Amino acid sequence: MDGNQISRWDELIRPGMVHGSLYSDEAIFKEEMEKIWFTTWVYIGHESEVPEKNDFVTKSLGPMPVLMVRDSNGKIQLLLNRCPHRGNAVCVQEQGNRARFTCPYHSWTFSNTGDLINYAFPEGYEGVDKSKLGLGKVARVASYRGFVFGSMAAEGPTLEEHLGGAIRTIDQLCDNSPTGEIEINAGYLKHRTRANWKFILENECDGYHPAFVHSSIFSVSSSAIGDLYGDKAVAVTRAFGNGHTEVDPRPEFRRRDAPMSWFGTTSERLPEYTKQMNEAYGDRRAREIMIDGTPHVMIFPNLFIAEIQLFVIQPISVNESIQHSTAIQFKGAPDINRRLRQQTMGSVGPAGFLLADDTEMYERNQRGLEIREPEYLFLKRGEHRERRDEDGYLIGHSTDDLPSREIWKHYRSMMEAT
Amino acid sequence: MTTDIQENEGPDILKEWVGKGRVYEKTFNPELYHEVQQFIFREARLQDIHDYDAWEALWTDNALYWVPANGTDTDPERQMSLIYDNRSRIALRIRQLKTGRRHSQTPPSQLARVISNFEFLTSSNDDIKVMCNVQIFETNLRGDTMWAARNEYTLRRIDGVLKMAYKKVVLINNNKAIYTLSFLV
Repeated sequence: MDGNQISRWDELIRPGMVHGSLYSDEAIFKEEMEKIWFTTWVYIGHESEVPEKNDFVTKSLGPMPVLMVRDSNGKIQLLLNRCPHRGNAVCVQEQGNRARFTCPYHSWTFSNTGDLINYAFPEGYEGVDKSKLGLGKVARVASYRGFVFGSMAAEGPTLEEHLGGAIRTIDQLCDNSPTGEIEINAGYLKHRTRANWKFILENECDGYHPAFVHSSIFSVSSSAIGDLYGDKAVAVTRAFGNGHTEVDPRPEFRRRDAPMSWFGTTSERLPEYTKQMNEAYGDRRAREIMIDGTPHVMIFPNLFIAEIQLFVIQPISVNESIQHSTAIQFKGAPDINRRLRQQTMGSVGPAGFLLADDTEMYERNQRGLEIREPEYLFLKRGEHRERRDEDGYLIGHSTDDLPSREIWKHYRSMMEAT
Repeated sequence: MTTDIQENEGPDILKEWVGKGRVYEKTFNPELYHEVQQFIFREARLQDIHDYDAWEALWTDNALYWVPANGTDTDPERQMSLIYDNRSRIALRIRQLKTGRRHSQTPPSQLARVISNFEFLTSSNDDIKVMCNVQIFETNLRGDTMWAARNEYTLRRIDGVLKMAYKKVVLINNNKAIYTLSFLV
C-alpha cells in the first residue's frame, strides 16, 4: 500500500512537471480538503473586522463557513455555524453584533463563546450534559499582528513555525503603517472563478505573466511594472518553505532609492503620511520602509498580500473557487487610505483592470485540462538559475517558475503525510 | 400628490438591499418619458454591440459610473465597489477595452439586455433622474450568465443633447460571489 502511494505521487508530481489531474480530479480535491485545508493553518480574517466585543463576521475555512467572533470577553473565537441538535445554521446574518446565537429550528441558544445556554422545553432532556452540546470550533486559533489563522488539527506546528520566514513579509506590511497596524474594513469583492484553487495560488507569485496578461492596461496607463517583471528585472522570487512564496521587488526599489516609488508616487505627494511615518520610526528608518514598500507574498494555502490588496482564496469544488479581495488600510493614515482603496477598486474584483484578465486565464487553464495531451504542465522555467540567498532561502528571477515548484514540493509533502 | 415617497419599513436587511427611500415623480410627461427611454435603449444597444467610443461619448465631463458591492447605498468613499469610476477612469476602462488585449473581452461577450420599469425620481434642479430595471444575458467562453440590476441615472441636457452624468448599477446579487464582469454593464 505504502509503495503504491509513493509511486502515485512520483507519477503525479515529477521534477518541474505536474499532472493535469491534480487540478481536475474530484478525488484529489477531497483528499486536499482533509490533508491540507482541514490540517494546516488557514488564514481566516483580520482582528480589525471584529473591532468590538460581540462583533461577528462570516468567514470560511476552505468550503466551510466559519463565524469569526470577538466574544463577550474580547477573545477571538472561530465557531462553526451548525446547531449540534439537527445541523441548522444558528446565524444567517453575514455580520453583526450579538452576544448569543439562537437556532431558529428548536430555539437552542448559544453564547458567543460557543456554549449551549438553553434549549426549549428543557424537562425533555433529563440527565443530558449541556456542556457537551456546544457549537463546534476550529481546533486551534492563533493570530500574528492581527492576522487570524485557524487549524482544524488539534496538534501540529505553531502558527509562527508554520509561517517561518514569511513572518518578515507580514512585519514589512505592518511597518508601512505609521501605527504599525493595518485594518481590513472596506468590505470584500467576491469573484467567482470556474477554476481549481491551485491555478490561483500559483499565479500570485508568477512574475512571467504580467507583461502579457496585463499588457492591455499597462499600455494605456503609466506603469513601471515592466521594470519588475521584464526580462532584465532585478526583482527576485523567493520560497520560504511550507509553500509560502514571494516576489521580492526590493532590489529594484532600492536601486531607485526613492520613497513611495513602490506605490507609483512620491513622499511629497503624501505629506501627512510621510510626517506620520517620520514621527513613528525616525526619518532614517521611515525612509527605508517607504523605499521597500509592502510585500507581494502568497502565504500557503490562501492568503495573498499583493502590495496594497489582500486576497483570500477559497476552494469551493475541484473546478470552482472564490477570490475574496479588499484594500489594505493603514490604521490612522487617512490620506494614503483613500488612494489604497481607489487603486484597489480599479485593479481587483470581477470588473478589475487586472483581476478580470487573470481570472480569464485561470478559467481557460481549467478548460484546457479537458484536452488529454500533453498530460503534464511544464514548470521548469529558471530551474538552472535557482540559488540561495543569505538566509538560505531559494531565490530566482522574478519571471521564474520557482514559486510553483516550491508550492508543489510542499503540497506533495502534505498529501503524502499519513 | 405629485410624488410617491417610497417608505422602506421593515428589517434593516431589506433597507440594505432596496436602498434608501426615494421620491418618485407622479406627474407624467409623455414626451420626456419617450426621449429618456430612447436614450437608455440606445445606451443599452451601444453596450451590447461594444461600440465603445459612442458609449463613452454619452458621458458628461464630470461623470460618475458606480457599481456598488454588498448593498445598494454603501459609502463608495469607504467601502469596496465593483466599479467606482470618475470620468478619467471611465476613459481608461474604454482605452483598455480598445487595445484588443483585454483578454476577458477577447472575444467580446455576446450580449442582449432588456430594460424596463422606467420611473422618474423627483429632481430639485434641471437634472433628470430615472430608475429602471435591467436583465442582461451574457454568453462567452466560460458559458451563459444572467445578470439583473436596478439602474439609477442622472441625465443632463447639454447643448440640447442628453448626456449621462451618473449611472449606478445595483446588481441584485452584489453580495454574492459573481463571475467576471468585464463587459460594459
